[in-house]
Amino acid sequence: MIPVLLIVIPLVSGLLAFLVKQEKSAKSWSLFSSMATMVIAILGMAFLNKGAWLETNVPWLPELGSSFAVKMDGMSQLLCLLTGVAFPGIFIATWHATYRNAHNFHALMLLTQAGLMGVFVAADALVFYFFWELALIPAYFLCSIWGGERRIAVTFKFFIYTFLGSLFMLIGIIWVYFHTADHSFSIQSFYAANLPGKHQGWVFWMMFLAFAVKIPIFPFHTWQPDTYEQSPTAVTMVLSGVMVKMGVFGILRWLIPIVPVGAWAWGDTVSSLCVVGMIYASLVAIQQDDLKKLIAYSSIAHMGLMGLAIFVTSTIGIQGVLIQMFNHGINIIGLWIVVELIERQLGTRKISELGGLAQKAPTLAILLVVIALANVALPLTNAFVGEFMMFTGVFGSQATKYSEVFMVIGGISIILSAVYTLNMIQRVFFGNTNNLTVAAKDIRFNEKLVLVVLVVGIIAMGVYPKPMIEATKQAVDVIYSKMFVKLP
Amino acid sequence: MLFTRKCLSNYHKMNAIVISAVWGVVMMFSGVFSKSNAVIRSVAILGLLGLTVVNVLDMGGLQLFDIDVKGMMKPDIFGLLFHTIALASTLVYFLLSGKDMEKVGVNVAEYYALIFFVLTGIGIVSVFNSLLMLFLGIEIISIPLYILTGADKRNLKSNEASLKYFLMGSFSTGLMLMGITLIYGVKGSFNMEAIHIGDGNLTPMMTAGLLLLLFSMAFKVSAAPFHFWTPDVYDGAPTVFTSFMATIVKAASFIAFIRLFEGSFGGVQPQWQLLVAIITAATLFIGNITAVFQQSVKRMLAYSSIAQAGFMMFALVAMNNTAKEGLIYYAAAYSLSTIGIFAVLLKMKDYTFEGFNGLAKHQPVLAATNTIFLLSLAGIPATAGFWAKFYMLSAAIDNGNVMWLVIVGVLCAAISVYYYFRVIQAMYFKEGDAQEIEISGSFKGMLIGIAAVVVILGIFPQWLINQLYSFIYL
Repeated sequence: MIPVLLIVIPLVSGLLAFLVKQEKSAKSWSLFSSMATMVIAILGMAFLNKGAWLETNVPWLPELGSSFAVKMDGMSQLLCLLTGVAFPGIFIATWHATYRNAHNFHALMLLTQAGLMGVFVAADALVFYFFWELALIPAYFLCSIWGGERRIAVTFKFFIYTFLGSLFMLIGIIWVYFHTADHSFSIQSFYAANLPGKHQGWVFWMMFLAFAVKIPIFPFHTWQPDTYEQSPTAVTMVLSGVMVKMGVFGILRWLIPIVPVGAWAWGDTVSSLCVVGMIYASLVAIQQDDLKKLIAYSSIAHMGLMGLAIFVTSTIGIQGVLIQMFNHGINIIGLWIVVELIERQLGTRKISELGGLAQKAPTLAILLVVIALANVALPLTNAFVGEFMMFTGVFGSQATKYSEVFMVIGGISIILSAVYTLNMIQRVFFGNTNNLTVAAKDIRFNEKLVLVVLVVGIIAMGVYPKPMIEATKQAVDVIYSKMFVKLP
Repeated sequence: MLFTRKCLSNYHKMNAIVISAVWGVVMMFSGVFSKSNAVIRSVAILGLLGLTVVNVLDMGGLQLFDIDVKGMMKPDIFGLLFHTIALASTLVYFLLSGKDMEKVGVNVAEYYALIFFVLTGIGIVSVFNSLLMLFLGIEIISIPLYILTGADKRNLKSNEASLKYFLMGSFSTGLMLMGITLIYGVKGSFNMEAIHIGDGNLTPMMTAGLLLLLFSMAFKVSAAPFHFWTPDVYDGAPTVFTSFMATIVKAASFIAFIRLFEGSFGGVQPQWQLLVAIITAATLFIGNITAVFQQSVKRMLAYSSIAQAGFMMFALVAMNNTAKEGLIYYAAAYSLSTIGIFAVLLKMKDYTFEGFNGLAKHQPVLAATNTIFLLSLAGIPATAGFWAKFYMLSAAIDNGNVMWLVIVGVLCAAISVYYYFRVIQAMYFKEGDAQEIEISGSFKGMLIGIAAVVVILGIFPQWLINQLYSFIYL
């Protein structure tokens, strides 16, 4: 019941939002709808987390062995919660932004949310593929209509990349489908397929491409910085906060348990790509003068760590990934909100043109520093918990011979992340004001509200992460146990 | 599997074929008795509606009259379903673009008559069981098309296209006849069952016949390297007839293609599979790559039809039940979407991509429905086109021998996004002057209806087939 509501509420309210012509009412409507979704997501996480509430299975294409099956486990609950919380937060934080044809903008945002929710709860490969693509189409229109100057070309590149990846995934899905015992697309049949080891390698790559593009893992990342930069900030928040998690989620739910041998065989290769990407993205981030690009590259580095933690295969590492998926979503949305505030007020995102903002906007500065420190994974912030667990997993992994190497190189990227984050804070918020920033004002109530909630969340989860660990424990065990499946 | 194949050889399916030939004559005379285009159009639509009903009843075993065809035609579900879909698509085409046909020239009644004759041919090629009937069917389809291509007789391009089509078409028909002759020489029969029996090893003469038939059919479906006529003919022909040729006629040629090769040469499929796979890959590659460089949407659609033909060729390569069912589905999905796009294109005065700039602002309904059709052609989920590609890919993966072709197909599908989305980009993301377009409410309604069908088929692909299938058990 709950997963269906999570899809249907944003879907229906999104379609209705096309008909709302006034800007104010479109905004209120989408905020109301996303609030409702958030309440349902919280209910699903905390109160109604019993069997029947979290599962729905309706026949869809019986001839093909596919049904509209949705199901939530700990991992789904956490990611649905992230999606549920992110959208109202984004709508509130960007309340004062103006868009041409605001009703279309909000309608497409809600449709994106429906697609994301569908991806996170799907328990049938075809349903998963459907929502995987459907989340992309509204995002494509959002970026292309409301984005920056180079939006059309940049978004198109993004679309072609992800579409090609998805088609390869489709090949993988169909191939696995023909090798299930009962010719079914359900996740149980996929998990039980026990594919021949010699084929798992290429099936792994077929499906991995889609996820690697989405995450993005080096060298499939080239669409990402441009797209983040050119998209309207509200959409960038969705892309980086929630949509990239689709890739990590896909690997954990649809890749590793289905082709464990392929994942193991190629694990070191992928891990190497991840660490190379971490270092590369961090070094590039240090050079950036544009705030959006800086955060975009920093995101590549952080997502690379998640990929690494998955492919070195350890329980605690995967546990860390699940937690970090949520935390990274919260933190990066916080960062984007700050960027959006600065850009809207001062009309620039260039670090070199800013300075001394802390004198003019003390509240903003304090909140930003907390979020930025969380981005560097300082102890007592939420990201520390996740990254610590991931690094523990990497260091202690038995599955790879190179765990020390990965550990050391990965660790360097964390130091680099401190370099660019602190450098950014220093040059944007401290120092002397210049002509531009002297007129800056502090933030408004709604923005303060969202940022304060985020900061409270960051610290709360940093100090007391136990509930999240408990919630995802079972999901981790399922994934981990599938990683060492015996060959036929 | 969407539906299982069932042979209906216990009765003969002639009704729709005979009636469409007769109605073609009626249409010719309607031009004598009435000068009003509206009347002529109504007669055509009524006739087609009747034809569709007759064909559906035929599927259920209810026949107006019964003719013994001496085994030269063999109706099975596969052929009957396709014929019904072809008739229904033509009905949609008449309703959407009938008025535009009247702008081509003064002989409106003749245009309708010729299309009815083409439908007769389509009926024959979807159920033929003898190579003679195949030849007759293909010729009955082709000759009216040569005329329709040149219908805009004061236009040099239209004349050129017509002549080109006629010369190339006759040449390929010649190839087909030679192929049939050689096979008759070996087997002593035109009957496909007789040809099929005992063809375990191919003699040189049989091989030559097979190759000649393969090449001539590849020409008819515009598969590379026999596709060169397509862009010129499709571009030169009056747009309203291009729409018909590129969709229903092309799908019918495919049905004939797969029927011929399964019926006659199914037993030696491993021996020609690789050749067909190479033709398929070349078609996909050339169609998609060339479409990228087009400046005119009409010409882009011509290359897109080659590219889509490449995907339909998957059915021939894989040659299993999934493939044949998928081909029917592909025909419906592709025809509906392409007819819709052509209907929108017909309303435009400027056929270049720039001509579509800013359409979304001035004609939101046109832009939105056109977007759905384009997404369907690109194969995005929740449109009919997704399932079309899904079935073709499944069929090839199920076959297992041609994984490389699947990869080529996927790469080409990604390329196709490039040119389909250029239209969407022009409509939604670019500013442009409004073209003065006059659109009636009923036209908009029709477009919305078709778009709704495309989406419904995209979510419940089995719905259409089940509906048609249910008639079989009347």
